[in-house]
Parts: sequence; structure tokens; C-alpha cells
Amino acid sequence: MFESPGISYATLWPVLLVLGVACAGVVVEAFAPRAARFNAQVSLALAGLVAALAGTVAVGAGTALGASTGEGALVIDGPGVFSQGLVLLVSLGGVALFAERRLDNGVSAFAGQAAALPGTSAERTASQRGLEHTEVYPLMMFAVGGMMLFCISGDLLMLFVALEVLSLPLYLLTGLARRRRLLSQEAALKYFLLGAFSSGIFLYGLALVYGFAGSMSLAEIGEAAAEDGSSPLLLLGIGLMAVGLLFKTGAVPFHSWTPDVYQGAPTPVTAWMSAATKIAAFAAMLRLFYVAFGAEGEIWRPAIGVVAVLTMLLGASFAIVQTDVKRMLGYSAVAHTGFLLTGLLGVQTDAFGSTQAVLFYLTAYGFATLGAFAIVSLVRGPNGEVGSLDRWAGLGRTNPWVGATFAVFLLSMAGLPLTAGFIGKWGVFAAALGAGQWPVVAVAIGSSIIAIFFYVRVIMLMFFTDAREDVATVSTPSYATSVVIALSAVATVLLGVIPGPVLSLLVDAGGFIG
Amino acid sequence: MLTTLVLIPFVGALVTAVMPARPKLWAFGFAIATLIAGLVTMFTAPDTDVVWMEPLGVHWALEMDGFGKLMVLLTVVLVPLVMVAAVKDHDKRWYAWALALEAFALLTFLAADLFVFYIAFEATLIPAYFMIGQHGGPNRAKAALKFLMFQLGGGLVLLGALIGFFVVSSEAGAPSYLISDLARLDIGTTAERWIFVAMFIAFAVKAPLFPVHTWLADTTEQATTPTSVLLVCVLDKIGTFGMIRLCLGLVPEASAWATPVVIVLALISIVYGAVLAIGQDDLLRLIGLTSLSHFGLITLGIFAATREGLVGAILYMVNHGVATAAMFLIAGFLIARKGTASISSMQGLEKATPVLAGTFLIAGLATAGLPGLSQFVSEIMVLISAFDYHWLVGVIAVTAIVLAAIYVLWAYQRIFTGPAQLSRRPVRDLDRREVGVLVPLLVALFFFGFVPGPLISAAQPVVAPLVDVIQAGE
Repeated sequence: MFESPGISYATLWPVLLVLGVACAGVVVEAFAPRAARFNAQVSLALAGLVAALAGTVAVGAGTALGASTGEGALVIDGPGVFSQGLVLLVSLGGVALFAERRLDNGVSAFAGQAAALPGTSAERTASQRGLEHTEVYPLMMFAVGGMMLFCISGDLLMLFVALEVLSLPLYLLTGLARRRRLLSQEAALKYFLLGAFSSGIFLYGLALVYGFAGSMSLAEIGEAAAEDGSSPLLLLGIGLMAVGLLFKTGAVPFHSWTPDVYQGAPTPVTAWMSAATKIAAFAAMLRLFYVAFGAEGEIWRPAIGVVAVLTMLLGASFAIVQTDVKRMLGYSAVAHTGFLLTGLLGVQTDAFGSTQAVLFYLTAYGFATLGAFAIVSLVRGPNGEVGSLDRWAGLGRTNPWVGATFAVFLLSMAGLPLTAGFIGKWGVFAAALGAGQWPVVAVAIGSSIIAIFFYVRVIMLMFFTDAREDVATVSTPSYATSVVIALSAVATVLLGVIPGPVLSLLVDAGGFIG
Repeated sequence: MLTTLVLIPFVGALVTAVMPARPKLWAFGFAIATLIAGLVTMFTAPDTDVVWMEPLGVHWALEMDGFGKLMVLLTVVLVPLVMVAAVKDHDKRWYAWALALEAFALLTFLAADLFVFYIAFEATLIPAYFMIGQHGGPNRAKAALKFLMFQLGGGLVLLGALIGFFVVSSEAGAPSYLISDLARLDIGTTAERWIFVAMFIAFAVKAPLFPVHTWLADTTEQATTPTSVLLVCVLDKIGTFGMIRLCLGLVPEASAWATPVVIVLALISIVYGAVLAIGQDDLLRLIGLTSLSHFGLITLGIFAATREGLVGAILYMVNHGVATAAMFLIAGFLIARKGTASISSMQGLEKATPVLAGTFLIAGLATAGLPGLSQFVSEIMVLISAFDYHWLVGVIAVTAIVLAAIYVLWAYQRIFTGPAQLSRRPVRDLDRREVGVLVPLLVALFFFGFVPGPLISAAQPVVAPLVDVIQAGE
């Protein structure tokens, strides 16, 4: 006799709402007249995200916290709900950036008709008719739903399903840029192929772990691993699953898609994806490693340590030689993955441990990267966005506010005090050092020094260099984008000056539960 | 009250940045207000201690001891003077950054919490970076980058020490960053040594000390002289301040362990800086390199770790600030007249600019440690402690005086003596504004030269417990 598992809708409705909004978006796309679609989609997405955020806050404050539901497939614990909220916050910003139509003469950053081949008459017709893809909003909502599930997945299957739900829309969104479509499509293909491989590897690892533990539940795997840790099935499984997650976060040696995708994707997508994916992937990674493989710390810690070291060094050094601002931020994202992995090496303690450190880092990085890419989308020439760094020279003089705000984001990523990035960096380093991982921390400090060089170089370029003749101009965005940039900047400074409330929230949120 | 002292220049920086009308006057007003606040807090200022980031054990804790008082005094006096000197060649951005720099520098001198100290320590770099990068010579952007890379590199190493303290203090119970709490911690010998090395590297870059001094000459060459004054006379003092407050104060045993190496580095800085200064043709580089030599002496005084040495080092920090500020400003005035910093292109200016030549000579001789001028007392105290440490160290350190006489007098000879050049336009002497800037500095040089008592009595109580701890450690 099969009994259906009990589902606690009281705690899961924010996730279901977001997925529901995504489905509703598909319906709108099918039945609403073209003229009404844009407004309908944007308001639907915004309303859904706001409601889901309110729900997540309510769940986080409620008594349901610390329970699992669906036979342990979903775990509603402090870190999970915190990262869900963070994903929703960043996605609200993402929707605002997606909806930006003022920068590009009244059209969005997405291709008029993705099916029209670049350079054909079909594409010209599409752009003449002013078509635009409004499917991006349901696609984004599906991805957000997947990310929210990813943050709270308590068993292996759920983890895999969530991974796919969040990944597939991202592949599509990457390929939808209105300008430089070939670059965008190439990036999408690369992302899809590598992503599909990594999913396969992840699934293979998952099967091995199931073979070892005889259970999908992370908590039960954790118990089994504590009893018999030397099983080759388990070790191989850990390795293969790690590959899948390291790919998603863009860690070396699985980082090669990052700069291409960051550069090729429409900038609003890059802004939202770079923040949200990282949050979800690290939330899942922390849970997987601490809950299921926590007993195997001695095995995976050195391996992750090596990956962290390589990621930091390679990300930081490759970022130096980039001439395109989006690629540079892409490699900087790789370096940040390394810093986050450094935090993963720490131990999960009751007070300010590695979970808290990584989540704070994600908060700081999320706002900084969202804001930074939003600014990148403002800097334009006659042919759309200008990524080439030498055309950014003198931008801080012609547009002091934009230059200064971008500098704030860069300084936060560089980890200077009085910005959120500093507290974040302090936290992950402290977590790793607390676990005795001082060689990794030493490398992390070295990579931070390298990283500062390329962040500061951009600031130098903007403020201390004379403007060239073909200097990029800054377009005036709509209010939505301005608000996103302003709020990200405020959050970046505020979290650096008064991080206390968020830190306390994280400490109160506690650790992951099995 | 102490928080106000930090807030006044900080708010001033924001006001100056946005004020459309007369921003420089506003900035000067805030600098004067800071000066007054600084003087008031010197007599009546309760310590501040508010919990800031509870999970990290960070307190917003400020206190002002005798050492802090001297450094605060130096800072609040120099900033308005420099602003007057800077008025012609700088726009309001520079004034805003200067006030921000003052705010953060004061915060480092007042911080009773290591985390607060660190934040201020790093935050000073942002205004300094923009001050160098936005005003100055043709290669200023490169110099600014070099400055920032060195400083932030040092800062991140210090971050390692900061985190090390957090880990140790967490293990000992609740984490706390209060310097008084950290001083009571029982740190293992190995950890203590690593922490010392990390802190010392950061402070050596800041101070600067051989071999991490190379940013100094480039920066002083490219930056405008008012920027250099703030950098060398205020900001770099944070390095030696940290050596005393944090290296000796928190990890005395490791400091004693590292003393031989530090002394060697200090000696190299003393001689190397002076020798390089002698050979310089660029007047600004020359002054920058003399500071390398002087910071070597200060470090020597600190680590020789006798009562005289430490008091001498603290005095030296104040006096060097005054004398070098005068040197830089005079050099700036001179360069503004000649349009170049190259010594070989100047000659025989004595006749045309007697006041300029006279002030240059006084300030120069002060940096060379002429008796009767302020630096003499501190130099003697440092040298005595050097001889106490080891006679050879003393002998090498004494060469600093000889070398200093050479670079000062030779520079004077090349610039001011000899046949006057026949130039197209005559070189004017100092005007009233410029004299007004220099007079307070020169008065201070003479006053503290003859009456060093107040400085010594301010430094004494700070030094005594440090020396006791160190001698107990040895």
C-alpha cells in the first residue's frame, strides 16, 4: 500500500507560488494579446516575487522553522530560508533590470525573435515590428522556483530536480541577447553542453551515493557515512556530485563557461544570474557537504581546499588580463567562488561559523554583482553596450555618480572596510582559519591582493585617465534600474557599516538540520 | 565626545563634496572645528565603548591616552595648515578627501578596538588614493596604483592577524576585539609569532621601512606637496603607531623575538634612505627618502625597547611630522615658483628669496637634528637606546646624523647658493599666506626644541607599562 507523503503547504507556498506564477506566465504568453503581454508579465512576476518574499519572511519568523516535510525531501531550516529570501531579493532586482526598455530605444535587452537567425531578413522584420520576448519572465520564474527548491532540498532526488529546474531556463536566457546575437548563442550552447555534462556527472555521483547509503535522504546518508566512511562508492559519489556543484558555482577547473556566458548573456540576465545562481548553488552545496558528507570532512576538505586555492589564484590572475568589463567581472566571479569555497572549509559551529560566513558573503556579493552589472548595462555607445575597458576611460569624470557607484561595488568586491565585501571576506577567512586551514587562508590573502589590482585599475581608468574621443556614454535608465542600482549601493555600504542585524539574523538562523 | 571628534571631519568631507558654493571655505571651517574639538577632547573626553557587531565581538570603543593625544594634536594642527597651503592648485574634491583622511586617521589613533583600528587603517587608503591620483605630476595615476597596491597588500596581511586574534579569542571564550581584552589573551608562542609577523609587515609597509618602501619616493614625487604632508606626516605615523600600540602592546614576546631582524631592517633603512636622498635630483623624492631614513630611526627607537628609546620614538614621530611637513611645504612653494622639482635646474635663489631660503634651512636643519630644534632631543634619545642595545647598532645609527647634514646642506647649497640665474621672470619670495602656513610649524620646531618637557611627560605614562611588559617577557 502506498501512502502519499504529507506536504506542509504552510511552509512551501512561497516556492509553489513562484512556480505557479511561472505557469501563469506561460498562459499569459499563450492567450494575452501581444501589446498587453509586457505589462502583464512584469506585474505578475513582481507581485509573485513580493508575495513569495513576504511568505519566506513569515516562514522564517514562524514556528515551522526547523522542520522537514515531504518525507524529508524538503527541509525548512534557518540557512535554507535565509538563502531563499536572498534569492528572491536578488530576483526582484533581476525583474526590474529585465524590464528596462528605456536604454535601448524602447526595446528590452532581449532578442525580438530568438528563432530568427542572426543577420537574416526574419530578424530584421522582427526588430522592425518591435517584437520582444516576454517569455523571459516565466523562464526566470521557473529558474527562481528551482533555486528556492535547491536551497531547501533535503534529499538527493529533490536536489537533482531542483538543479535541472534552475539550470534549463538559464541556458535559454543566456542565448536571448538582442545585440551581438552570435556571441550570445555561442555562450548559450557552451553553457548548455557543459551544463548537461555536469548534470550527468552529478546524477552519476548521486546514484553511487544512493548505492552506498540505500537512501536518498541527506540526513540518512550522513548517518551511514558516519558508520562506514571508507566505502569507495561513497567517496566516488562525493567526488562526482562535487563536480556537478562546482560547475554550477564556476570553480576551477570547471569554470571555463563563466567568462563566456557572463559576456554573451544579455546584461540583465548576467546581473541576476551571477548573484542568484551562486546563492542557490552554495546553499545547496553547504547543506550537501555538512549534512550528508559532514562525517567525511577529512576526505573532502583537502580536495575542496585545493579547488579553492586554484579557483582564487586562477580567477584573480585571469581577470587582470581581461579587456572586456563583463569578462573581467566573470573572472572576478570565479575568484569569489574560490573565497566562498574557503568559507566552506570551515566547521559548522553554533555561533558565527562557516555557514553564517558563506551566507553573509553571498549577501554581500549578490548585491555588489547585481549593481555592478546593472551599471554595465548603462554604459553604451552607438552599437549598444560598451564592454571594452579602454572606452570606459574617463567615465568617472564625465559621470561622477555612475563612476562613484561602480567604484563602491568594485571596492566591496575587493573587500575594503566599510563595505559589505569586507565583512564577508573577514567571515570566510575567519571560518577557514578557525578550522586550521591556514595555508588556504594565506593563498586567499595573496589572491585578494592580486584581485585588488584589477578592481582598482578600473577605478583608476574611470577617474584618473583622460577621456578618449570615442568614450562610452551613460544612458539614463528607467526608474526601475536606478532603484536597483541605488538600493544595491546602499545595501553594500550599510552591510559594511552596520552588519550587526544581518549577522545576528544569521547566528539566530543556526545551522543546517538533517 | 571622542566620536564627535571623528565625525566632524567626516561630515565635513560629505558637506564639502556636495556644497556648491565656497567648498574650500567650508572644508577649512570643518578642519578648524576639528582642531578645536581635538584640543577640547584632550582635556575632557570620557572613553567610548558601545557594542557594534555583536557576533564578531566588535565594539565601537575609543579612548585617548598620552600617545593618542600627541598624534591627534599633530593631525588636527597639520590639516588646516595644509589646506591653506593647498588652496591654489586643488579643487574641492581634494578638500573633501583630505577631511575624510583626517577622520579616518583620527579614528586609528583613538581606536581601543582592533577591528575599529583596522577599518580606519584601511579606510584611510581610499582618500589617499584619490588625493594622489587626482592631483599631481604626470605619472600620478601609476604612483597612486603603486601606493594602493603596497598599502592594501600590507592591510590584507594585517587582516590575517586580525582573524588570528578572533580565532584565539573565540577559543578563549566570547570573542572580543577590545585591545585591552586581547592584551590579556594567552596566545601560543607560534601563533603569537605569526601574528607579529603579519602585523609588522603591514606596519612596515605603512611606515615605510626597507624593503617595502619603494612606493614612498614615487608617491612623494608625483603627489602634490600638501598630499605628501598628509601622507608622510600623518598617515605613515599610523605604521609606527601600530608598532608601539599593537606589536609591543599585544605580542610583546614575539616582538622581543623578532627584534634583531627588525633592528637590521631599521639600520638599512636609516643608511640606505639617507644615501639615496643624497643622490637625488628631484627635491620631492629627496624629502621622501629622508623620511625613509627617519622612519628607520623611529623603528629603531621602538624596538630597542628601552624607556628612552620608546619615548624618543614617540617624540620623533611628532617632531618628524612637524619638520617634514615644513620641508614639503617649502619645497612645494619653491617648485610652484620654478615650475620644476629638479634641483640641478635651480641655483642662487638666496638673493631673490631670502625668507624661503631661511625657512628651508631651519626646517632642513631640524630634520638633520640640530640642537635647539625639536628633532634633536628625540634623536639623542633614540641613539642612546641604540647604543644601549648594542654598540655597533649605535655606531651605524649615528651615521644618520652625518648623512642628514650632507643631504640637507648640499641641497641647500645647490638650490640657494652660487651665482643667481638670469631668468626671464623674477622669482618672488614667500607671500603672506605662505609665511602664515610655515610660522606655526617653525615656532613648534623651536618651542619643542627648547621645551621638550610636555611631549616627554605625555609619552612617559604610555611607555612605562610597555617597557615593563617587554622586560618581563625577556
